[in-house]
Order: sequence, then structure tokens, then C-alpha cells
Amino acid sequence: MIYREAGNYKTTYAADQAIFTLQLDRVFMTMVMVLAFLVVPLWANEYWLQAVLIPFLIFSLAAIGLNLLTGYAGQLSLGTGGFMAVGAYSTYKLTTAFPDLNILLVFLLAGFFAALVGIVFGLPSLRIKGFYLAVATLAAQFFILWLFNKVGWFYNNNSSGNITAPPRELFGLVVTGAAAKAQVRYLLSLGILTLFALFAKNIVRGRIGRSWMAIRDMDIAAEIIGIRPLHTKLLAFALSSFYCGVAGAMSVFLWLGSAETEAFSIFISFQVLFMVIVGGLGSILGSILGAAFITLLPILLTNVPLLVGLRIPIDLQKHIEQIVFGGLIVFFLIVEPHGLARLWQIMKEKLRRWPFPY
Amino acid sequence: MELLNTFFVAPFASMFGSPLFLAEVIIGGLLTGVLYSLVALGFVLIFKASGVFNFSQGAMVLFAALTLVGLMERGVPVWLALALTVLVMIALAWLIERLMLSRLVNQEGIILFMATIGLSFLLEGFGQIFWGSNVKRLDIGIPNESIHLAGIPINQFDLFAALMAAGVVALLAVFFQKTPTGRALRAVADDHQAALSIGIPLQRIWLIVWSVSGFVAIIAGVVWGAKSGVQFSLSLIALKALPVLILGGFTSVPGAIVGGLIIGVGEKIAEIYWGPVLGGAIENWFAYMLAMVFLMFRPQGLFGERIIERI
Repeated sequence: MIYREAGNYKTTYAADQAIFTLQLDRVFMTMVMVLAFLVVPLWANEYWLQAVLIPFLIFSLAAIGLNLLTGYAGQLSLGTGGFMAVGAYSTYKLTTAFPDLNILLVFLLAGFFAALVGIVFGLPSLRIKGFYLAVATLAAQFFILWLFNKVGWFYNNNSSGNITAPPRELFGLVVTGAAAKAQVRYLLSLGILTLFALFAKNIVRGRIGRSWMAIRDMDIAAEIIGIRPLHTKLLAFALSSFYCGVAGAMSVFLWLGSAETEAFSIFISFQVLFMVIVGGLGSILGSILGAAFITLLPILLTNVPLLVGLRIPIDLQKHIEQIVFGGLIVFFLIVEPHGLARLWQIMKEKLRRWPFPY
Repeated sequence: MELLNTFFVAPFASMFGSPLFLAEVIIGGLLTGVLYSLVALGFVLIFKASGVFNFSQGAMVLFAALTLVGLMERGVPVWLALALTVLVMIALAWLIERLMLSRLVNQEGIILFMATIGLSFLLEGFGQIFWGSNVKRLDIGIPNESIHLAGIPINQFDLFAALMAAGVVALLAVFFQKTPTGRALRAVADDHQAALSIGIPLQRIWLIVWSVSGFVAIIAGVVWGAKSGVQFSLSLIALKALPVLILGGFTSVPGAIVGGLIIGVGEKIAEIYWGPVLGGAIENWFAYMLAMVFLMFRPQGLFGERIIERI
């Protein structure tokens, strides 16, 4: 009976429309934020930040992007990797052409380029639906990667063919390139993710999000009540690609440091889709939970046998990893097809009635 | 002007300049297309009968080929190994139906789709643990030499593959159209509930469908495996089958065949005549682009059922 609505009086419209209406939710959220922003950078070592936390943050952003498109607007997409690549390569081009430009601004501009590409490849969605659309978005995935591989202009014609993050400063700290500290990169990623997640949460609560959901549930009916499918679907593609583009830019500049198109292959698209499904379609929190699950799982699978003291040959371990990964996904879909976000919801319902069993 | 010439005049000029070479390219494309069709066929069968978009078809091809090669490496004669592989695929279909599909009844399409992606991880992992992950040679005793027909060289093996595919398609057509089981399958494809209410056992139908597509996977695995060795990349041909599918329509067996042929020929022609202009390796995305542009005009594919929506 601690977690409850009763007694929480809302006296203003602002309070009524808040994201976290309950006192306890707000306290919990503040604690999580303090933990993430202050405690983690002080406590975590280089390995944890580089191998676990930074990829988690970046994939969370990509998963939110895909969830806007697939979970809210109902347009299945397998082109996430391609859109991330657009973000990464345009950041590279922009920051090498204009070294004095603020790197955050460059990230945003790269996001806009990704959004433009997203609109172009979103055009078929006006005619095609469901799995047909998913296959059509594969065209984006393969074409974009091919283009970045073939045209030297995109990677400044360097001999290695991959893009490397040059050192850039923000508030007097080096944030990208080899000299950047993991803590700094972590904090920047966390800051960007927090702002973008908040923005996404507010988008989906408002008019735009509702029109997306109307289109998702039945597009003809949505059209009849006055929602323009053209604008709505393309906006979903644009915003989703924007998020994915920024995530792609971050993955090269704040995480990998250097990458080629292989880093944005079709497997990345599938991985992000897994995150969205495991986390929960149509939930911002779910995207983050799903990203945590999918990025942590392989690390767990590699480290658990070592902890127990088992030495497994490396290729056998890879296959076992595959099996456990696939098995868990199937298991998850059978047990809770609505994802981790739904489990969280159920837990909150239970907590509301606790300690009474009814 | 120069650009227009290289894109729109020169390729056609070289096409009609040497018709014999063009014919060779087209025949090569058709033969590759047959292989695409074989994989796409497995997708279509399952989609028709259960509405599941089975992404694991590629992994099933790999699994079947690995099982066959693994058995043959242990000294089992070819025919026995084939029979055993068929049994393994049927057992696999049974397991999939029991453990996965029957628990996911009534879920949305995307959930089932994700489940089959999970399944493909499982199959790839198990297949490679049991039979090893090195590249294996599969030799089924078909010579890999060219014969000449009217001056055009045709690979004997490709011809064999094409005939085999034609045989399978004919067999499936008879099975679907003439046998009672085939009729039951079509009934299930039309409407699950109506089929149940006239006494068609859904579980058995699903078992049959997955077994049949397992059988198609064996054939695709044998042909691809004998051509390019049995290895992990076999499961990636699933991705190549996707544009074939949307071109032909998800629910149409003839669509899968025609789509495969169109993609096979289109890809070869594009690669040979336009590839050098664009920088090569356009095979990777050409099929998808072709399919996407095509879908703009016919959203349900060539032979797909028309999508009629009501409120």
C-alpha cells in the first residue's frame, strides 16, 4: 500500500499531464538518474564503460528510433543499420569538412540527413504494408552500405576505407577520438539519450503520437477521421531515421572510434529489432530495457562459463551463444510476447495492491 | 550526354552487339534464378498454410545440408543419408510445431516472425555444433562440366539443378491440387477457423507443411551445397529469397518460381551490363531495388492475392 494513486491530489493541469504522476515514481526516477549520472562514472572501470554501458546507451537510442516507427506507427523496418550508417558517415563528412563546428550540432545535422534518407525510403510505405514493407526497407539497408563502400567521397578517399573519429572538444573536454576518456563519452551519450528519450516520450503522448497509433491500428479508419497518412507515415520515418542517424553517429564517434560499413550490417538491424520486440512494441521504456537485455546477454554468456571455471573452445562457445540467444528469444516471445515493458507494468499493478492478494 | 550514353545506350548496344553472349548471360541468370526459387518456395509454403513469415528457411537449408554432409562423411551411403536427412527434417518440423508454434497460436504476425528469427539462431548453432563449422564439400556425383547447346555453353550441374527444381515444383503442384491433404492445406491457408470447424486438424497440417518445407530445404541445400560448399553463408541465401518473394507475392507458388527467374536474370544482366558503370557488386542491392520499385505499382506482387480492406 505504499505505491498508490490515492492521496496524490493534482491541483494543476501541468501536474495532471506530468509523465510521472506519482510521488514514488518521481523519487525512483530521480534516484536512477543520480545513479546513472554521478555514481556510475565514478565507480565503473574502462572495460564496463566501453564494452557494456556505452553500447547500451547507443543501442537504446536506436531502439527508441525503431520503436517510434514500428511500435507506434506500425511500419516494420529492417533498414535501421542503413540509417545508422547515414548518420555516422554524414557526421564524418561534416566534421572533417568543418572542424570548428560544434560536435553536438554535427550530430544533429547528421540526424537530419538520416531523416531525409528515411523519408525517401519511407515513400513505399504509402503503398506497401507489413512484411512487404519490411523487405522493401532492406533495399535501403543494402543500397546505402554499398554506396558508402563504393564512393570514396564518403570516406574522404582514404586507403583503409573506414571512417575514423577525429578528436573534437566540447566544453574544453575531448569527447571523440582516441584521446577521449570513457567517462566523458559515457556522460555525453547518457545526456543525449536522456534528452532524446524525454522528447520521444512527449511526442508519443501528444497529437503526433496519437495519429501514429491511429495509423498503426487501422490506416483506412485513421484516414477517415482526418489523419493524413502521407504526412503521418513520412513523419514517423523521418523522426525514426533521425534517432537512428544520431545513434549511428554516436556509435562511431563515442564508442567504436573507427568503423567501416560492416559495423552497420543487416545484423545490426536485426539486433535493434530484437531489442524493440523483447523490450516491448510501443513503449519508450521498453526500448531501453530491450537494449539492456540484448547488449548484456552476449557479455553474460561469455563471462559465465569463465566464472564457473569452464574452459570452452572459442568456436564452440560462439555456437552455444547462438543457441542460448535464439532459445531465449523464442522463450521470451512465448512467455511474454508484449515484452519487458509489459512485465514492468504487471509488477507495478501487483505493487499497487500489495500486500493484499486480490 | 556522356552520362546518358553510358547508362542508356552503351549497355543495350553491347547487348545486341553479341546476342550469343546475351543468351549465355540470360541462361546463367535463369539457372541461378531456379536456385532462388527453391528457397523462396519453402517460404511460400509455410506462409500459405500458417501465415508465418518463416525467416528460418535459410537456416533450415543450412541445417539440412549440414546433416546430409555430416552423415555422408561418416560413411553413410548417399541414398540412406538422404532418407535419414528427410527423417531429421520431419522430426525438426514436429519439434517446431510442438515447442514453438502451438504456444504462439493467435499471436500477431511480427511476433511469429521474430520467433522464427530466434529459431534460425538455434538451428545455425545446433547444426554447427553437431557437424562442425568448417566448409564442407558435398559431392553427389553430378559432373560439373559444360555442354554446348546451339553454341551456348550450359553447365551440366546447373541444368540438373533446374530439372530437379522443376520436378519438385510439379510434385508440389500435384500435391496441392489433387490430394485430400493438399486441399486441406489450402483450406487452412484460407481460414484457420473455418478449416477447424469442418474437422481439419490444424496441428497435423502444420506438421505436414513444415515437413514439406523441410524437404524443399533439403533439395535447396543439396543444390547450393554442391555448387558452393556447405558452410554458414548458406543460411544467408534466405535474404536473397526475400525480394523473390515480394516480387512473386507471398502466397503464390508460381509467383515464387517466376519471381526467382526474374530476379536471377535481372541481377545477372544488371551486374554484367551496368555493373562496371556503377562500380561493381551491385548484385547485393539490385534485387531489392527492383522489388521495391515493382511494389510501388503492384503492392501485392505479381501473383499475390489482392489485398482488399474493409472497415
